[in-house]
Amino acid sequence: MNKSSTSPPTADPNAVPVLEMRGITKRFPGVLANDNINLDLQRGEIHCLLGENGAGKSTLMNILYGLYQPNEGEILLNGKPTKITNPKDAIAHGIGMVHQHFMLVPTLTVTENVTLGLEENKGLFIDVKKPADRIRALSKQYGLDVDPDAYIKDLSVGMQQRVEIIKTLYRNAQILVLDEPTAVLTPQEVDDLFHTLSQLISQGKSIIFITHKLREVLKVARRITVLRQGRVVGATTPQEADSAKLASMMVGRSVMLKVDKDAAKPQAPVLSISDLRVLSERRTVAVNGVSFEVRAGEIVGIAGVEGNGQAELVEALTGLRHIEQGTVKIDSAVMPNESPDAVIEAGAAHIPEDRHKYGLVLSYPIRYNMVLSTFDKPPFTKGMSLDEGMITKNAKDLVKKFDVRTPSEETFAGSLSGGNQQKVVVAREFSRPIKLLIASQPTRGVDVGSIEFIHKQIVAQRDAGAAVLLISAELDEVMSLSDRILVMYKGKIVGQSEAATAKREDIGLLMMGTQKN
Amino acid sequence: MEFLSQLLDLNWISMLSQTLNTAVPIVLAALGGILAERSGVINIALEGIMLMAAYAAFAIGVVTGSTLLGLAGGVMAGALLAAFHALISIKYRTDQTISGTVLNIFAVGITAYLYRQFNMTESVETFQQWNVPILSDIPVIGEIFFQQQPLVYFTLLLVVIVQLALFRTTWGLRTRAIGEHPRAADTAGIKVNRMRYINVILSGALAGLGGAWLIAEAVGSFTPGMTTGRGFMGLAAMIFGNWTPVGSFLAALLFTVPGAIQVKLQLINAPIPYQFLGMLPYILTIIVLVGAVRRNKPPAAIGKPY
Repeated sequence: MNKSSTSPPTADPNAVPVLEMRGITKRFPGVLANDNINLDLQRGEIHCLLGENGAGKSTLMNILYGLYQPNEGEILLNGKPTKITNPKDAIAHGIGMVHQHFMLVPTLTVTENVTLGLEENKGLFIDVKKPADRIRALSKQYGLDVDPDAYIKDLSVGMQQRVEIIKTLYRNAQILVLDEPTAVLTPQEVDDLFHTLSQLISQGKSIIFITHKLREVLKVARRITVLRQGRVVGATTPQEADSAKLASMMVGRSVMLKVDKDAAKPQAPVLSISDLRVLSERRTVAVNGVSFEVRAGEIVGIAGVEGNGQAELVEALTGLRHIEQGTVKIDSAVMPNESPDAVIEAGAAHIPEDRHKYGLVLSYPIRYNMVLSTFDKPPFTKGMSLDEGMITKNAKDLVKKFDVRTPSEETFAGSLSGGNQQKVVVAREFSRPIKLLIASQPTRGVDVGSIEFIHKQIVAQRDAGAAVLLISAELDEVMSLSDRILVMYKGKIVGQSEAATAKREDIGLLMMGTQKN
Repeated sequence: MEFLSQLLDLNWISMLSQTLNTAVPIVLAALGGILAERSGVINIALEGIMLMAAYAAFAIGVVTGSTLLGLAGGVMAGALLAAFHALISIKYRTDQTISGTVLNIFAVGITAYLYRQFNMTESVETFQQWNVPILSDIPVIGEIFFQQQPLVYFTLLLVVIVQLALFRTTWGLRTRAIGEHPRAADTAGIKVNRMRYINVILSGALAGLGGAWLIAEAVGSFTPGMTTGRGFMGLAAMIFGNWTPVGSFLAALLFTVPGAIQVKLQLINAPIPYQFLGMLPYILTIIVLVGAVRRNKPPAAIGKPY
């Protein structure tokens, strides 16, 4: 990936910024969320706001959008001090927000969603024709290709995001704030979004782009401001910075972005899958005749755009989904269908894709979450009852060993940050001897520091002789962590290669179902 | 055989006309349910609201000697009880099903008490049938649709009005938005809870009109528990009609057909115990709902305080 910026440096640095936030300080009880933050935005530029979860990015943007009032500091729009007391004010001043979780009503049409709150009437009834025409025009102007008559529920996530962008444009936004806009997008959709953004700035809009993904920042930003613990720790540009520098600014210490590991020493196969066929929730074929092996001491990564059968594959392997055809063997023992118990008994550990749904009981304290798969066996049982002392001790040890940042082991899993929640899952799964690790999106929504830690733990399991199957939508993660890479497309394995010699471009093409000529 | 020939001799046109008439309170309750639920508030208090409104219509009608004032009183009583439901479920965020259930129980108790306390033996003069000029002369159609009492016409009009309002006006769009994704509506500058108050109170007014119908058009006098589940059947019609006014209207007709048949069958001494015939509308409601619940989808944010 070359480091060319998609935003041409057209903005004049001497012009009055369209937006200036000066000395913004915001205190919440016990927390200093924003500490004397300065930020400015030039017309026609993309300014990236980089920082980990909890760095204060969202607070700052909520102040800009009028949802919070700062304790100190002021906001200037085109050089004029402006008070923004609620979102309506913000919209009136030309500030548009694309929220991370879309603010769209699925059962309404694009036009209805875009005009909501700004409806025009023709006589007694709502006029949908005129707004629809305007949406069509905006869509054409910025190359968004949005159909005003479509229902939101029928649109892809990427298209829904475009509707959100249209919503801000319809309200004449000059400044667009995009909050983690790529978190939910496929790689192609990310490219489309970047294209849209360059269209927007070329027509004079200005964009604040909030993210924690380094690659994107380098690709899309003209300027970068890094926040850490509520403070601006530095401002830079993609020309001056690289991933390593940005990561260390973000985390506050140097971070290993490359996974540090020796060459794999694979041994006998642990997981053998042959001709596996699995149906999706909607009874369509999700996994279509997949066969592969994972050997002890190697990490096999499955790359692929989400929704190509990876989730169903993992669910079938872990006994959570019915296998229609084919066999799954762990250590040459055929696994019974739909039996998570047997899979655990056979020595498998599972880091699930959705830690809230499958990984944790959010309303349980950490100490119970740490024994979810082992609570019914010694040492955690004492006759018919649980050995609470042992369970607490176990949790204390694991919290320490896996560096879970929590007030105590009595804290509810639901009140931990994403990274710490994931560490609880990893700690639990790694606390028993395992032969096979199935790790699905192991670092999704996790901060850089925790990603580094979790990657190290996975490599340690490999080196201790476990077979590891890694499934991730982040191609970078698959490429840096795996020893062998399989590419999944439409339920099939469409390619494989040794990680050491794999080319990012080739894998990207395979992920889109295109073979290299 | 004699029974069959009697069956054929029955006046089926008058039976359909009767169906439309008895559907009125169920349709009005369904419209009320739609207004509340489309905005995201469950209103199972409709049954109690109707009963309360029936008593209010009766008492006010008797005291003032005016059926019209009684009717207005019923609507007011319905709106008032619904406002209370709105307050405890929107402001105090009580579970809406529990709030509705409590109001239903309260309505049964308070109306029975008042009825015994003020032993009113008089009755209200019911509205007369009014034939729509010209239209009522059309054969069959005229007899079914245009030889009715005033509230039947008004209800038909309300079905059309609510249908158009819900799907073609700003108010309707906002109502549907706050019932599906209130946060999205909020960020678009819509006052979610204010709209919910308005909708729930209107819902009570509509159900109140349905309750008052019992007095003003059907029987003229109050008996405890006289709503006999019409509010709940209205909710069933709402679900079967997929939360649309026209759909719910048709569903309500479907529910009342067996009732009308039952009356006719009793008249000709059909060889079926009348208790079984009386169960028919309810049994049909259950069967129909089992199918509909799987197919139809309620507003996404229903029952969740905002």
